[in-house]
Amino acid sequence: MENILGRVLPEYIEGYGEVKPFSGAFNNLGIKTKKQVSVKCVAPSEVKLVDSIKEALIKCEIKDGMTVSFHHHLRNGDYVLNMVMDEIAKMGIKDIKVAASSIFPVHAPLVEHIKNGVVTGIYANYMSGPVAEAVSRGLLKYPAIMHTHGGRARAIESGDLKIDIAFIAAPTCDEYGNINGVYGPSACGSLGYAIPDAMYAGRVVAITDNLVAYPACPIEISQEYVDFIVKVDSIGDPKGIVSGTTKITKDPVGLKIAKMATEVIEASGLLKDGFSFQTGAGGISLAVAKYVRDVMKKNGIKGSFAAGGITGYIVDMFEEGLFEALFDVQCFDLKAVESYRRNVAHQGMSASLYGNPHNKGAVVNRLDVMILGATEIDVNFNVNVTTGSDGVIMGGSGGHSDTAAGSKLAIVVTKLLKGRLPIVVDKVTTVTTPGETVDVIVTERGIAVNPRRQDLIEKLKETNLPIMTIEELKKLAENMVGTPEKIEFDDKVVAVVEYRDGTVIDVVKKVKE
Amino acid sequence: MKIINPAKAGSLESNDIFIMVFPNDNGNEIELESIVIKQFGKRIKEVIEETLKELKVENAKVIAKDRGALDYTIKARVETAIRRAM
Repeated sequence: MENILGRVLPEYIEGYGEVKPFSGAFNNLGIKTKKQVSVKCVAPSEVKLVDSIKEALIKCEIKDGMTVSFHHHLRNGDYVLNMVMDEIAKMGIKDIKVAASSIFPVHAPLVEHIKNGVVTGIYANYMSGPVAEAVSRGLLKYPAIMHTHGGRARAIESGDLKIDIAFIAAPTCDEYGNINGVYGPSACGSLGYAIPDAMYAGRVVAITDNLVAYPACPIEISQEYVDFIVKVDSIGDPKGIVSGTTKITKDPVGLKIAKMATEVIEASGLLKDGFSFQTGAGGISLAVAKYVRDVMKKNGIKGSFAAGGITGYIVDMFEEGLFEALFDVQCFDLKAVESYRRNVAHQGMSASLYGNPHNKGAVVNRLDVMILGATEIDVNFNVNVTTGSDGVIMGGSGGHSDTAAGSKLAIVVTKLLKGRLPIVVDKVTTVTTPGETVDVIVTERGIAVNPRRQDLIEKLKETNLPIMTIEELKKLAENMVGTPEKIEFDDKVVAVVEYRDGTVIDVVKKVKE
Repeated sequence: MKIINPAKAGSLESNDIFIMVFPNDNGNEIELESIVIKQFGKRIKEVIEETLKELKVENAKVIAKDRGALDYTIKARVETAIRRAM
């Protein structure tokens, strides 16, 4: 069958189940039911602290076929996923599904577990590095399931993603399971992505390298959700915890794009008192923040909030009074951690509060402007951030689809070419975010506005910005690089890309060797 | 044009191509490595071949390490390497 975007999907996928085709970004709302959670009650005399990960696994009654979950606040410095999976492998357990909010190069040991059948399924919102390559090569028994950040929270709350044991990397924890991310050698700030796991998993194990006296205030995840606590030497490498991408680009082309994007924002009329804003941590996106900051200062604009993964740069804007508050699901650097610890209006948010389409309104719904990246964008404005142009998985939605859907103005900023690859294409390799939620693409050579946004096209006509159709942009790119040869794929589905509402927006097929 | 010495041009920077040329005994030979080999491998080889032909080079071994260079960059780097090799 085909979904509404014309993507060909199987009706049923082994290891995934029946496919519900994507039918439009806002077509699957209405009344939704959350799952019931079984709780193993803890009596006053019981002790939650256990001696080892192995003991915790035994007490959680780990067995073949279970789903275990992890969150990615320690990013490429995370030790917890590997420690737990090594222990599970040593115990001879097989057929485990790993539900990790994101998977990074540091998780390379997972490839061995995939090869020997310890791990047969993966759920992730983003994956890069050796695990992503192994999945693309078809090594995983069942297709990986790719969520959005909000979609993962939705799947956990609805019971679509049933977690048997959740492992929480706890930078600070007490012996009764109160957790915060603001103190300790692996302090990473907000623990937003771990919150649905803690609330809905069958069992919850906190793994900490900073066990403190009860209670571990300020409490981000509380004792009422935590079954067991394990103390280990270290949960992560601080160097890997800080994201490598949080610097403003120095590339003049990137800066030009950022400046043009800022002019689009100004022309949209949204940049006024009460303005709300989110950018990714990529170099060009951060540069947009820089120019927006200049405009806000010059015109004395006082914004409402900035959201997302928070970087030091956004903290500076907040501390200068350009925003009243920050909504933070994940701190990208130590400056953000420091601010999250110190500033009351630097507000933590769970993955559900951030982007779940099936709650009573997520923070993304309150966003004016979202700055997004793209690996590819097609003439219908569908965006790919899941696979490279060679068809290999190198990312995933993260919050891309959630913020695009929620914001009033979703702007993709990108160079027209990356290396020799054109970014604007006839058909993206994989659809991550549907074109109906993407409003503008800004490149160094021109800006294209989604024809759905005639209002914006009218406003931009009054500026000197180089407005053109997306077909014209595509032509510009093709004239420079020529037309790339098509990548050939196998029939085997290696990943299912779920839209935030749980419908299938696309599948990733195995690349032909 | 006859290749006398080994020579090189270009770099491994993004959007550039690194070209090495060596004397060869029987005809032209191209060894290509590229980050976009699947999408543009054929085209890159064509450009290198065309450039060799224009310069009337008949016995060269060309080793190319491509980082996403556009056609004109490829052409310029090949030509420079050849002229340095004469």
